[in-house]
Amino acid sequence: MDDKLKRLIIKLTHRFPEKEAAILPALAMIQKRNGHVSGNDMEEMARIMKIPEARVFSAASFYSMLSLKPVGKYHVQVCSNVVCSLLNGFSILDHLAGKIGIREGEVTRDGLFSISSVECLGSCGYAPAMLVNTEHYENMSIEKVDRVIDSIMKKEGRT
Amino acid sequence: MEGFLLRNRDIKGLHSLEVYRKHGGYDALKKALAMPPEDIVSMVVESELRGRGGAGFPAGMKWKFLPADRSKKRYLICNADEGEPGTFKDRQIMEFDPHLLIEGMTIAAYAIGACLGFIYIRGEYDWIAKVLVRAIKEAEDNGLSGSNILGTGYQFCIDVFRGAGSYICGEETALIESIEGKAGRPRLKPPFPAAYGLFGEPTVIHNVATIASIPFIIENGPEAFKEMGKPGSYGTELFGVCGHVNKPGVYEYPMGMSLRKLIYEVAGGIKGGKKLKAVIPGGLSAPVLRADEIDVTMDFESLLAAGSVLGTGGIIVLDEDVSMPHVAQKTAKFFAHESCGECTPCREGTNVIKFLMDRIIAGQGAPDDIAQIQRLCRYIRGSTICALGEAAAMSVGTMVKKFRGEFESLLTR
Ligand SMILES: Cc1cc2nc3c(=O)[nH]c(=O)nc-3n(C[C@H](O)[C@H](O)[C@H](O)COP(=O)(O)O)c2cc1C
Ligand code: SF4
Ligand code: FES
Repeated sequence: MDDKLKRLIIKLTHRFPEKEAAILPALAMIQKRNGHVSGNDMEEMARIMKIPEARVFSAASFYSMLSLKPVGKYHVQVCSNVVCSLLNGFSILDHLAGKIGIREGEVTRDGLFSISSVECLGSCGYAPAMLVNTEHYENMSIEKVDRVIDSIMKKEGRT
Repeated sequence: MEGFLLRNRDIKGLHSLEVYRKHGGYDALKKALAMPPEDIVSMVVESELRGRGGAGFPAGMKWKFLPADRSKKRYLICNADEGEPGTFKDRQIMEFDPHLLIEGMTIAAYAIGACLGFIYIRGEYDWIAKVLVRAIKEAEDNGLSGSNILGTGYQFCIDVFRGAGSYICGEETALIESIEGKAGRPRLKPPFPAAYGLFGEPTVIHNVATIASIPFIIENGPEAFKEMGKPGSYGTELFGVCGHVNKPGVYEYPMGMSLRKLIYEVAGGIKGGKKLKAVIPGGLSAPVLRADEIDVTMDFESLLAAGSVLGTGGIIVLDEDVSMPHVAQKTAKFFAHESCGECTPCREGTNVIKFLMDRIIAGQGAPDDIAQIQRLCRYIRGSTICALGEAAAMSVGTMVKKFRGEFESLLTR
């Protein structure tokens, strides 16, 4: 954890009436910076916030948007709840897996992509939906998946 | 569309303070701050506004549960977790009309004596959280939020707090635990949040649409609010229609709107000219209605009488090709995944139901599996800490009950 991140976490603890309220925002900040939350990060965070490590770990392990294992630089989450799955959500997931060459729960060898299926994203009226990191995509089709992935590949210099 | 919550949704630039004010924005706040807080509470009580988060509890009554001693610190929380599958209504207000929510919160906070408020928004709504943060900043810069609001000396700040991917954190006490930096596990009640809430202080928590209804009530009076809807269910509701319809979307109508009309007229009927099979009328937690049961009006009492609930007003439409066991499997998976694990009937029950549904779908169901699912649903009901267990049992249980033949035909003999 670099000094800047540490300073930001300390700043967060002053934002709320009680410092423990900074736990979730701090974890989200680490996740956003590093792509996941490591054991070291949690130890460090507990130390600078002066709270027990167990407090940090029990929170971090509960929430599905926080990942304790490395995910891809682009973490793609496809909705697998009722409405999306009825409106072709699974063909999106299958297509994505085939295109990237990994299965749900895996990370590509180059660390660029990972895929997971998630519960309802609040886009049921615009189904099927998916998330790439914090970017929301709605009314997805196989062509739109291609466009999104291709533009990421291009940006990353792979074709 | 008829009503006042989404009336301005399509106006360009509505999210900006300037446009919002041009359409009468913050007039209600001005009026409210000139009144004693108790009078605002009375107006909300008189309006009979009921919570739009799912349970429909009378808002004014909740405020009256606060301890009489106003000198103690109090908090106001806006529940923007919107995790119920089939629900995408609150985002319409937050994304397009954020100042309506800020104005509503500021009025409510003044009425109950809170000086700090939180908007707990689901983490996946990242772009909407940014809209809210910008709008709050704008309101603060213009003396409409923060310290010394409208020069009256009244102070109220709003913090946008992001969730991290957990349905149960929409349950009010799990939400409070989550802000406190813990896993989202509901508290045993009582004490209710009005007595012991965030950081142990009295707290009022409301859904986005509940809070957004308040400026209208203050500006136009409780009577004007009660001209919409029907006794027991006044005001309007944001109906999110999704699934197999031609025009999915969120539509505002007075409570008591016909479900058939919502599906066939407002949302353009069933996709591809197919026949309707079933409707889940209030978010995935709501018991399913068969096609022959949709002549019901969308309000608290009518849906209860029809054996379902109004819930979040999220309407999931299923066409004739849908396999109900598949829907039940996805539903069971959802509740098993989202159960916080605190109480045994819900934690074990939802997981066993999921296990049984998976094996029925795989063609490996045992003859007793359907009866076993129904037994588990019965055991879960009434024996859990929060309503998630109840919701899992009611939704899956009703699918099995009403479409039993379909489940049976999947069993190996
Ligand atoms: C499992 C579960 C999930 C819930 N999710 C939400 C939610 O996402 N948004 C919401 O406003 N209320 C949700 N609720 C209801 C809240 O507990 C609470 O009743 C509501 O926020 C109160 O606001 P209201 O009075 O304005 O309806 C949920 C309840 C349960 C049991
Ligand atoms: S009913 Fe389920 S979600 Fe609710 S407290 Fe019990 S285990 Fe947790
Ligand atoms: S079911 Fe996929 S976004 Fe709601």
